[in-house]
Amino acid sequence: MDADGSVSDESGRRRRVHGMLKLYYGLNEEGKAPEQLQSLDPCDINGPHFDPELYLNKLRRECSLSELMDHETCMVKQIRSLDSDMQTLVYENYNKFISATDTIRKMKNDFKKMEDEMDCLSANMAAITDFSASISSTLQDQHAQITKLSGVHTLLRKLQFLFELPARLNKCLELQAYAQAVSSHRRARCVLQQYSHLPSFKGIQDDCNAIMEKLAQELRQKFRDGGTSAKDLSECVELMLQLDEPAEELCDKFLSHARSRLELDLQGLEAEIKPYPPPPAPKEAATRRSSSSTAAGSPSDNSPKTLSLPSPTPNTDILEFIDRGCNEFVSSLCLVITSYQELFINHAQTGELASKNIPQMANGKLQAFVDDLAARYFSLVERRIQEEKGVGDNSLLVRALDRFHRRLQAVAKLLPGSAVPNRGTEIVIRAATERVKQYLSALQSFYMDSLTDVRQALATPRLSVAGAGAHLGGPAAGRDAPSSLPELLSSLSASILNQIKSVLASVHLFTAKDITFSNKPYFKGEFCSQGVRENLVVNFIRFVCQSSRQFCESAGDKGGSTPPALLLLLSRLCLDFETSTISYILTLTDEQFLVQHQNPITPVTALCGEAREAAQKLLNHYVKVQGLIISQMLRKSVETRDWVNTIEPRNVRAVMKRVVEDTTSIDVQVGLLYEEGVRKAHSSDSSKRTFSVYSSSRQQPRYAASYTPSAPMDTNLLSNIHKLFSERIDIFSSVEFNKVSVMTGIIKISLKTFLECVRLRTFGRYGLQQIQVDCHYLQMYLWRFVSDENLVHFLLDEIVGSAAHRCLDPSPMEQSVIEVICERG
Amino acid sequence: MEDDAPVIYGLEFQARALTAQTAETDAIRFLVGTQSLKFDNQIHIIDFDDENNIINKNVLLHQAGEIWHIAASPADKAVLTSCYNKTSDSRVVSCAAVWRMPSNWDSESHESPDDSAHNPQTLELLCHLDDSAHRNAACVLWEPMGDGKRVISLADNHALLWDLQESSTQATVSSTATLEGKGQLKFTSGKWSPHHNCSQLATANDTTIRGWDLRTMSQIYCIENAHGQLVRDLDFNPNRQYYLASCGDDCKVKFWDVRNVQEPVKVLEEHSHWVWSVRYNHSHDQLVLTASSDSRLILSNMVSISSEPFGHLVDDEELSEGEDNHQEDKSKEPLKDSVVSTYEEHEDSVYAAEWSSADPWLFASLSYDGRLVINRVPRALKYRILL
Repeated sequence: MDADGSVSDESGRRRRVHGMLKLYYGLNEEGKAPEQLQSLDPCDINGPHFDPELYLNKLRRECSLSELMDHETCMVKQIRSLDSDMQTLVYENYNKFISATDTIRKMKNDFKKMEDEMDCLSANMAAITDFSASISSTLQDQHAQITKLSGVHTLLRKLQFLFELPARLNKCLELQAYAQAVSSHRRARCVLQQYSHLPSFKGIQDDCNAIMEKLAQELRQKFRDGGTSAKDLSECVELMLQLDEPAEELCDKFLSHARSRLELDLQGLEAEIKPYPPPPAPKEAATRRSSSSTAAGSPSDNSPKTLSLPSPTPNTDILEFIDRGCNEFVSSLCLVITSYQELFINHAQTGELASKNIPQMANGKLQAFVDDLAARYFSLVERRIQEEKGVGDNSLLVRALDRFHRRLQAVAKLLPGSAVPNRGTEIVIRAATERVKQYLSALQSFYMDSLTDVRQALATPRLSVAGAGAHLGGPAAGRDAPSSLPELLSSLSASILNQIKSVLASVHLFTAKDITFSNKPYFKGEFCSQGVRENLVVNFIRFVCQSSRQFCESAGDKGGSTPPALLLLLSRLCLDFETSTISYILTLTDEQFLVQHQNPITPVTALCGEAREAAQKLLNHYVKVQGLIISQMLRKSVETRDWVNTIEPRNVRAVMKRVVEDTTSIDVQVGLLYEEGVRKAHSSDSSKRTFSVYSSSRQQPRYAASYTPSAPMDTNLLSNIHKLFSERIDIFSSVEFNKVSVMTGIIKISLKTFLECVRLRTFGRYGLQQIQVDCHYLQMYLWRFVSDENLVHFLLDEIVGSAAHRCLDPSPMEQSVIEVICERG
Repeated sequence: MEDDAPVIYGLEFQARALTAQTAETDAIRFLVGTQSLKFDNQIHIIDFDDENNIINKNVLLHQAGEIWHIAASPADKAVLTSCYNKTSDSRVVSCAAVWRMPSNWDSESHESPDDSAHNPQTLELLCHLDDSAHRNAACVLWEPMGDGKRVISLADNHALLWDLQESSTQATVSSTATLEGKGQLKFTSGKWSPHHNCSQLATANDTTIRGWDLRTMSQIYCIENAHGQLVRDLDFNPNRQYYLASCGDDCKVKFWDVRNVQEPVKVLEEHSHWVWSVRYNHSHDQLVLTASSDSRLILSNMVSISSEPFGHLVDDEELSEGEDNHQEDKSKEPLKDSVVSTYEEHEDSVYAAEWSSADPWLFASLSYDGRLVINRVPRALKYRILL
């Protein structure tokens, strides 16, 4: 029937059917909304507002005739199908209603039967309850009797235990089953105590007490014997504690027992130090003697080795010593601490027998005990460390200290509040600072030794002519060996630097990462900045400067003891320090030790200043000493001669040649270490030209004036005018760090002495002429050394002028003759 | 408080010898001896008029020879000694003599000061201080504060004590001391100590300073290597009997306590060349004058080793005048040794410097080129010492 209708029609039809059913059963509410949506259209044939008139009109308006015809057939078809649907539905519903009525009737019959069975069951249950009540009432009496009997039984058993207790204890005692005895006794103790007013119990109690007394005695004996193992011992103590032995006494005994054993260890350690008493000289002797005796006993190869060692070496090195200390003393100390804590502190805290303050008391005792023994151990270690004086191998000491420190950490873990590890750290710190001090003194003595070496090297005469003042052909090798000066300097500074580096490397071991104490705040901060940087490096540099300065002062005014070359060398060394070495060393130190500048530290500039000051002082002193040596020659030569009655000059005096030679060799010497320096420009031929000017054009009128009776003032006037325009000359003044300045200083000193000596003498005609010749000779050679040749001219001018004044018969020599004499040499 | 400018006087000749006229306590007067080999040597009497800042000079001839050292009698203004060089037969001989100035030496100078034609008067020779055995006198020392009857001359290695008799016209050697040792020893200078009843003498030879007891003419102390080089001059502290200053060619001035001669008490190193003269101020011994051949004169204030290390001790009378606050000022400023002033008026070596005997705040210095400079202690310092 549905096959010829469209799908939409089919669904529409169904809905319509449902809608009608709903209407019938009054279920409008839920279908309302969709229905309203559809139903508004009056043309919807399924909607409730369907208006046939409108629908027909619409169809007629919209559709053609054929369409209307189709529509009409379709409508007829639908109407027919709807009618048949209606019929089917009515039929189906009727059948269902009939079957429901049948089912309800059947159920009514079944319920009736069940009700009867339930009544029967409740009657039975009531009967059972009655029976049970009667049974329980009959059994009541018997049950009470049984309970009473079992109570009596347990009491009897307890009594039996009590009566058997003495015998049992005795047996335990025989079998040495102390633990069992104690536990048995403990169980009985309270009861006995409670019933002790009954004579029979009193007897038992007395017996037991006697036995336990014996047992305690035995335990004490065992405890005292000491030979027992730690485990036995601890068991022993545990039992005694349970026997109400006073804990304090036990602690004391335990500790004193442990002490005796630890003291054995300490004695062993002490024995290793003892054979070497503090004074070093006999120590060394003892070492030698012992080594020689061993050599006599067994001609082994170790005796020469021992002899060759400069420092006294005990038969065990420090690492061994510390090792032994750690393995024996520290580890047994740790054992003692653990077992003690196990027994008296941890146990007491958990155990029921603990009186309130046992742990505190025990702890206090332990602290005192550990402190006391550790103090003795530390004093031994310190003594041993102090013996460690040789600075050769630092790693051994550091490793020993490390081990020492590391092992003490175990004690720290066991005894958290103890001062022992801190004091151990203090010892390490002390050892480290002591070491730094030793290194400083080692560096200082090294420096002094190398200075002595340098001095010796300077003092040994070199046979090879050092190419020094050879330009005169004179014997120039008389003075020290200048050629080796730079080598000496470089080797000296290199060896100082190397030494510092190696010391730094040694000290650096203290702060190595794998060393336990290196992360202590002291080793991170103060040790690096104060200990190493300030106390070691800075102090050493200061020492170098100071000892150098001392050469200027202690050597006396004659300069006698210190060779001038050494002064020069040291001044250059200090200058090098100032320019590079100091900052290099300090940077190296700062880098290696990661110095944190928390404390005020000496800045590099201050040290450099000090070094520069020392260098300046040394160089000034050098100038002074060398100047004095030449001055002395000139002074002697002027003072010892009779200038009035001298012969006509034919030669330059030998002393002048000597002066020039010495000046030349000083020049070479200084030139080896110092740079040339700046000088005022002069022509290559300046010696001759300026001298002739000074001698002929200026000097002659001065002579003329001086013996013209009419105008005595002119002399002074001329020289005063001359002086007005020349700068004042400071004779002993500071020099600069270059060759020219040094040479100028020396020549100034020499010529000024010459001048003053000339002024104290009286000259004859030939005396004056000799001075003229000498001055010309000096003029020829000295100008080349000084920064400003006018200075030489001026001073020589003054000398000749003064000599002319002091001359009885001033008739100067011809300039040409002077030149001839001088060139002849 | 501007200080007066120095007063400069130029001599025609070179000069080394300078002394104050010791017996003169009213006028500021210095004597200068010249050195000339060609002309007659002179003694210039320099009078300084403090009020007007003017110098008056008088010249006396010293025809015997060039003067190396001069010393005025402490008792008689007109008497002086000189050490001079005499050249004869191309030989140079050092001599010493006592002279008297003519009584009217200043009579005509005021009339014609600039008259170059006038003939200066000549010194009157009283007596020679030489005998045949002892020549080459280096210096002559008058007995300090004495009656002008005793002098000591240092000749070569001898110290001769002379008694002057018959108004100084006769001199006899009363005792001698001789320096003995290796080589040619020669006294370079000396000083008669004003302490211990004038019974001590200090001498310098080479680098050594020696003390002598004049009663026995024996050595009482010896400072070996007092200076690194030659010792040039000595002076006794006028107020502290054991203190002695010395100077020398090592450019240093050293102060000694002769009771302990191992180490100097104090060393000054201000000069840059030899120090030729050292002089304590006669009244205020903290003031020390040094002259050097670096052409400088240095006035130092050596408070710490003076007789007044804590400043001028105020008398009770002064205190009663209520000068408490003034006392406080003293304690406030610490007194330190210091160089008061460096005088650079000279252009040649300064060989001599002397304090005036009349005015304790005034001194003269003499350089080789004949320039005499008169200076005063700076007023600020003067008032600090006085007040």
